[in-house]
Amino acid sequence: MTTPPLAVGKLSPDADLAAARQQLQVSGRRYTLLLAALGLALVGSVLLGTAIGRLEVGWSTLAAVLAGKLGLAAPSVDRTTEVVVWGIRFSRVVLAGLVGASLGAAGAIFQGLLLNPLADPFTIGVSTGAAFGVALLVMLGVGGSYWGLSPLPLAALAGALGALFAVLLLSREGGRVRKESLVLAGIVVSTFLSALISLIKSLDEESLSAIVFWIMGSFSGRGWIHVGFLLPYVAAGFLLAGAYTRELDLLALGEEQSHHLGVAVSRVRLALLVGASLLTAGAVSVSGVIGFVGLVVPHVVRLLSGPAHGRLLLLSALTGALTLIWADVVARTLLASGQELPVGVVTALLGGPFFLYLLRSRRIRGMW
Amino acid sequence: MVIRTDCLHLGYGDRLVLADLSFQVAPGEFVGLLGPNGSGKSTLLRALAGLLPPLRGKLLLQGKPPSAWPSRERARTMASVPQATDLRFPFTCLEVVIMGRYPHRRRFAALGDEDLAQALRALKQTTTLHLKDRPVTEVSGGEGQRVVIARALAQEPVLLLLDEATSNLDVRKKLEIFEVLRELNETRRVTVICALHDLNLAALYCRRLLFLKDGRLVMDGPVETAFTPEVLEQVYDTPMEVRWHSGHRRPYALMLPLLEGRREGIVPRECLQ
Repeated sequence: MTTPPLAVGKLSPDADLAAARQQLQVSGRRYTLLLAALGLALVGSVLLGTAIGRLEVGWSTLAAVLAGKLGLAAPSVDRTTEVVVWGIRFSRVVLAGLVGASLGAAGAIFQGLLLNPLADPFTIGVSTGAAFGVALLVMLGVGGSYWGLSPLPLAALAGALGALFAVLLLSREGGRVRKESLVLAGIVVSTFLSALISLIKSLDEESLSAIVFWIMGSFSGRGWIHVGFLLPYVAAGFLLAGAYTRELDLLALGEEQSHHLGVAVSRVRLALLVGASLLTAGAVSVSGVIGFVGLVVPHVVRLLSGPAHGRLLLLSALTGALTLIWADVVARTLLASGQELPVGVVTALLGGPFFLYLLRSRRIRGMW
Repeated sequence: MVIRTDCLHLGYGDRLVLADLSFQVAPGEFVGLLGPNGSGKSTLLRALAGLLPPLRGKLLLQGKPPSAWPSRERARTMASVPQATDLRFPFTCLEVVIMGRYPHRRRFAALGDEDLAQALRALKQTTTLHLKDRPVTEVSGGEGQRVVIARALAQEPVLLLLDEATSNLDVRKKLEIFEVLRELNETRRVTVICALHDLNLAALYCRRLLFLKDGRLVMDGPVETAFTPEVLEQVYDTPMEVRWHSGHRRPYALMLPLLEGRREGIVPRECLQ
């Protein structure tokens, strides 16, 4: 009878180290390639998205307007075209991209933080909370902008955090957030707040379209000023989340394990929740509630890049931007009548079935 | 002292789980924590790890309460392996073990050669190197547990806490893990405190045993004096026989059927039929 020898305490030879190092480099190169591809696609999409629309804009016109605006060449296009291309369409594409990036990243953060593959700003009620905050502020007549800044994102942030903590409280059982109840609580809070938004808007004698705007989301009539509102929140959100991506990986193992590994759990989790809420609040305050981007995008990216959050966050932001730019193009060009669809309708129509497909796939079911 | 407790009371809210614990663990000890289900083994380990603040009394990890340690510094000193881990995100096993390097790495710093080497060594020690590129969500429960143990080893702790960490492993894997622990304990003076149900595994590797029962520390001593039928019977309410193996010179316990008169080896007449 022989027993195999024990491999105890042997130092890994340099060969193993070199091999592992090389493998990491290969995966790093893959990531860089993916990043570059998405970056290129994004630039292309911004240009295409600006060119596509009811008013035909040729490439040369587009190039002339952009060159003129960016100070690369003397302005050479007539005023109307310039306003359409730069002031209306380009700004809208940029805004859609920023909102998509925020939602994609926020979804990735929420999923990792709440250990829940169904978590995203929409399903856990944070988006609707933000929209409610904005609606309330508008009803009280404090809209508008002050020195290029708007109080609306701040109200959105308050609403987002309020809804988030309400949902976390509701889904708590015996001191723990149960992942099954999380989304349920999210839907309850979200539906309730949607109803409140409708009520506020009706009392305020606003049109039905204003309600639809907040509940289904739209970029209609949005421009540079909104990009300005959004930017500080997006920047702060990304900085906060970006500083803690490694911790996010560890938190995805669960609270106790990340504690054992040296993460200051409460502080880091709060920072990340605030970061994700900042991203959501900024997005919602300019575009209303757009669902499915934050839910689907991180899953798709995870299939391509693996679950490490440093990469996931950046790739989700890029993919989210791409997704929403094109969803908005569809929203404003689909109907022959020239009427716009709320962009949330498009993301839900595309995202719903796609998410079901993802849900059936083995790798995501493993996350349950 | 690595651990020093004095009149320590532990519990959740107003539910007292452990009362009046006073013991010390010196560097380089190999301590087994034994006791029936619900006797508070996990509670004690959670408190040592800084997850559960004491209700009353003193608990010091190298002279400081666990909660007073900066998180990362604490994780460089102490690693903890839970009973079971629920890994839901498809990180590769190597990525999971590299997470054990978190307390050693500077923020934003790239993965150093030292970190990678330690991670690989930990994988090798737990015989999981071949799994390094597999998603941790797709390996078996026992393999996943060994990866988590590897992650704790990668932390290079001076104190290692294990809560039933090998309970779901087969005999060979259990022994392999404990050989690694012994090796670390003997060559690098890593202090090991492990909660166990397997009495014989404890007797084989631990040099000191703490027995918990009904919320109290009922026995604390070296295996030679603590691993006796009297203690085991009292703690587990089960008839036990302890023998010493002539080869490895360690004791082992035999549980006996829950019948009368078993200690003298007398079998009731009716059972002979």
